[in-house]
Amino acid sequence: MSNISGRYAVAGIKASDVDGFITNQPLNDAHRSYAVRMANMARMHPNYATDLALGGATPIAMVQNAVMAIEAGMANTVMCVHARKRGTPDPSPGNPIRHGDEHWEEPWGHFSAVANHAFAAQRHMYEFGTTSEDLAHVAVATRKHACMNNNATMRKPMTIADHQASRFICEPLRLFDCALESDGGGAVIVTSAERARDFPKKPVAILGMGQHHPHFSLMDAPSLTTLGGKKSSELAYKMAGLNPKDMNFAEIYDCFTITTMITLEDYGFCKKGEGKDFVKNGRIEVGGELPVNTHGGLLSQAHIEGMLHVTEAVRQLRGNEVEPERQVKNAKAGIVSGHGGSLCMHASLILGAL
Amino acid sequence: MSETSDSRGRAVAKVKPFLEELEAKPFWANLCEHKLTDYEWKQLSGRGIVYSFVNYHRAWHPSYEGKTPYNVSLVDLDEGPRLISNVIECPTEQVKIGMPVQVVFEDNEDYTLPKFRPA
Repeated sequence: MSNISGRYAVAGIKASDVDGFITNQPLNDAHRSYAVRMANMARMHPNYATDLALGGATPIAMVQNAVMAIEAGMANTVMCVHARKRGTPDPSPGNPIRHGDEHWEEPWGHFSAVANHAFAAQRHMYEFGTTSEDLAHVAVATRKHACMNNNATMRKPMTIADHQASRFICEPLRLFDCALESDGGGAVIVTSAERARDFPKKPVAILGMGQHHPHFSLMDAPSLTTLGGKKSSELAYKMAGLNPKDMNFAEIYDCFTITTMITLEDYGFCKKGEGKDFVKNGRIEVGGELPVNTHGGLLSQAHIEGMLHVTEAVRQLRGNEVEPERQVKNAKAGIVSGHGGSLCMHASLILGAL
Repeated sequence: MSETSDSRGRAVAKVKPFLEELEAKPFWANLCEHKLTDYEWKQLSGRGIVYSFVNYHRAWHPSYEGKTPYNVSLVDLDEGPRLISNVIECPTEQVKIGMPVQVVFEDNEDYTLPKFRPA
């Protein structure tokens, strides 16, 4: 185990104990100093505050940032909050944050995350022979877990045929390859293990952390089939002193089915190009070799940019908080991935039961 | 439509020296050592290959209503840089990864776009 093993933890807590506050930067409307604004609205007066903008890697980066703030002695107990409003139209649209490459993209009709990931899917198909039907297995397994989750949006079972009959959005990706758009939020508290013992809920340990960002612009990507998750997970495994075989489950950022498949390969659960076989035959379902996205993921539970992947991992490790049919038996350690931007940003988090 | 010898080739050429510098030095060296005037225009061949491609079945912008499905491709120019562009003058189902393409400059009312057709 690493030197940080057991020193920081995620736990339940009273608002008055919080002295650090981290939020995401809202994408649909530019806000200055959002974390301080949110803390102020909650009548909190933190000693440490910041908002982070690493797309779908943000919730994990928040936890990592909280650990660093605690380690530096700037805060004792940090609240990490991630909220999103994309499921219903905004009555007064604000000023969306732009990424700065639009002038190289939009004049040729290139918009949206789905198209960036469709480029990656097309490459994966070309390099490894992956098919749309292979991707369907990711969507179907994820939906099975959502059907067991009382707090999931999509609870109607899906078949491979349903996936194959869904319309193309940006070929080769279909509607059922795409995440939901949701209104919602989630939060975790990070504190020292010593303090966590005084809190009412059972804490879990933060064992390993990593980030890697191989490019920013899609046009500069060194690869579309090996992403930042490879290096990021290697850093996290090294810090934790664990390897992929030690993981009892994985909560993998699944903005699109192809993201799940590429990340499972990058995280070392199978060889590069073998994701298409790994995701079949129940292997990624609860009860299988590596349960993946036990809450239903962004694909079928809700899209809160991965914060619910973090909270789900915590619940799995506490052992008594999710519906029994989707509880991973004897869950001791699990890995969480965050992935953002034009397939460019990645963060990894390994959590363990205490 | 015009070929690569057109002076509008500059739109494609400008990125090349910049990317060479990026590969040769750490990024801070670029930021510290170079002014915009250090870059020069360079004529490119206009040839490239398709690195990846997608077909849009949904119009994100009103100007694409009724034009779906349409192709967007990542094109690797022979000289190195990768561009997001369109493969035109070719049915979308015939676009393939690795396909050689040649630049075509598409003139619009007040702007010109480099697009690509099968070479």
